[in-house]
Amino acid sequence: MYAYDEIDRTLVNERVSEFRDQVQRRLSGELTEDEFKILRLQNGVYLQLHAYMFRVAIPYGTLATNQLRALAHVARKYDRGYGHFTTRQNIQFNWIKLAELPDALADLAEVGIHAMQTSGNNMRNVTSDQWAGVAPGEIEDPRIWSELIRQHTTLHPEFSFLPRKFKIAITASDHDRAAIKIHDIGLKLIKNEKGETGFEVLVGGGLGRTPFIGKTIKHFVHGRDILSYIEAILRVYNQYGRRDNIYKARIKILVHELGIEKFSREVEEEWQHIRNSSLQIDDEVIEDIRSRFTYPNYEKLPHMPDELRQAAADPEFEAWRKNSVSPHKVQGYSIVTVSLKPIGAPPGDATAEQMDALADLADKYSFGEIRVGHEQNLALPHVAKRDLPALWKALDKLGLATPNVNLITDIIACPGLDYCSLANARSIPIAQELTRRFANHELANLIGRLHINISGCINACGHHHVGHIGILGVEKNGEEVYQITIGGRADEGAALGNLIGPGVKFDEVADVIEDVVEAYLALRERPEELFIDTVKRLGVEPFKERVYATR
Amino acid sequence: MTSPLEQKKIKIAGPSVVTANRTWDGIVVYRTAAKSWSADLSEAAIVRDSDEAKALLAESVADDVGAIGPYIAPVQVGADGKIEPGNLREQIRRTGVTIGSTAQA
Repeated sequence: MYAYDEIDRTLVNERVSEFRDQVQRRLSGELTEDEFKILRLQNGVYLQLHAYMFRVAIPYGTLATNQLRALAHVARKYDRGYGHFTTRQNIQFNWIKLAELPDALADLAEVGIHAMQTSGNNMRNVTSDQWAGVAPGEIEDPRIWSELIRQHTTLHPEFSFLPRKFKIAITASDHDRAAIKIHDIGLKLIKNEKGETGFEVLVGGGLGRTPFIGKTIKHFVHGRDILSYIEAILRVYNQYGRRDNIYKARIKILVHELGIEKFSREVEEEWQHIRNSSLQIDDEVIEDIRSRFTYPNYEKLPHMPDELRQAAADPEFEAWRKNSVSPHKVQGYSIVTVSLKPIGAPPGDATAEQMDALADLADKYSFGEIRVGHEQNLALPHVAKRDLPALWKALDKLGLATPNVNLITDIIACPGLDYCSLANARSIPIAQELTRRFANHELANLIGRLHINISGCINACGHHHVGHIGILGVEKNGEEVYQITIGGRADEGAALGNLIGPGVKFDEVADVIEDVVEAYLALRERPEELFIDTVKRLGVEPFKERVYATR
Repeated sequence: MTSPLEQKKIKIAGPSVVTANRTWDGIVVYRTAAKSWSADLSEAAIVRDSDEAKALLAESVADDVGAIGPYIAPVQVGADGKIEPGNLREQIRRTGVTIGSTAQA
């Protein structure tokens, strides 16, 4: 966990007071909606179909149990008893009243949570690997650098009115769980030949209307220079990024139009002006941040405790363990992914009761720490293997032990037309129906790793472009129509999916996905060949033929 | 933000209402003939041509403290006078999410 200092606490509390005053002036009519909109957006407050939506940041996806309980409290007291975890390590509340928002923010501020820059044309929540600090083989804890960037960019005046929103993600592992290649800036922690810590820097990734995979702009930037290098990128973007057309305002468009070579030359030139300035990071600064992250006092535990050996006789436990439990860098411990994808439920939702109960379990079994992943699941990062059977029983009672992590029912979905004012089509009911179709865990395991991502409009909050199967809802002649892509991926091999053919109606989507999956099962060379690899080997055609032969 | 009145020429294809979200709590509301807002669609003022729509939208926009983001939405009016939303989006705004109650209190 990261311990905030007095500056952080003061900043958050002052922000609450400021927003309380702004809300009061809005409700009294002193501020018009035009004047107020930018202020509410900078505090994570959107207007959606049914009500205001309140987006709260969970920096680098790390939560303490008192923070998770505070989120449960907000869900219960100010909303309708649940929250929705997003693809960028935020949580959204869908039914909040503007008049009560300052109180909700004040309650969250007591535990160091805020909603600053979760919306608006500024630097958004810096995201990272939900396994940060515990993943075997990672270079070092990427949250230290995430926190450095968070501190530098929060309320930074130069980055508060960018041409468009700006997102950074950081990973420190070879396997990218943070989707860095679809971010405006993606950072991969690496060591150079001297053993020094630095970053491979990618730029210009993003989804939405015009999707691009990020390109490497510099193969190694020393850790001490990372702030100045990011600032150089942002300055070039701030200067040349388009403000005249919202659809062309993201940095990905600038990088594409200039070309990565010219863009990198511009950044390099800017960087030479500022790299030896006060933006150069002293080792002491990094060490101070590092010292504020506390790590558990792990026990020396056996690799295979008796409790685990005995529980292995229970096939349900074993199914969950094999699916949801991952290796930890410390012997005797595991990382447990908590699926927020129960069959038939909206992906990523958790009730206040589940949040409270999970906080209790994290206190008991995970040194009081919870993580949030971009796949809209949670994780308990420090679970002793001996505790796995007891934890599984407790999670199962809460409906949080569905053994479907990374399987076909572990669907990423945006809120879609059920909630979102931008959406053209519903996402969640499609996800619900698909989870029912593939509810059989034996079938899901037979299919193997397969990510379905669903967006209800071209803005792509459900990351449909990078789903192994992507589903995009659009509106055509007043009807919901869904375009299906296959072959996308969001990890270190990030790629955009390819369209398999004409869009299909709402009622046909699940049938089409079944056809795609049946085609895969027939076409794969061996059971170990994943869906994504079969698509890579064969292309779209055989799947297209299967789906459209009878339609 | 550009005023909805300036966005483009207002054209309607059938009976319509002006809908928005109430400022203090965000709930869906409809402009009434009494120059107020109601959460009940049956109390909405119905407009049937572009001039009426423009006038109703203009007075709605002017009530910036009462509700935000007003726009014209199609409705269907039954023979009995009952008003129903004219598309899925407005149906969802009126009756709520279509996803069941799995995670709702």
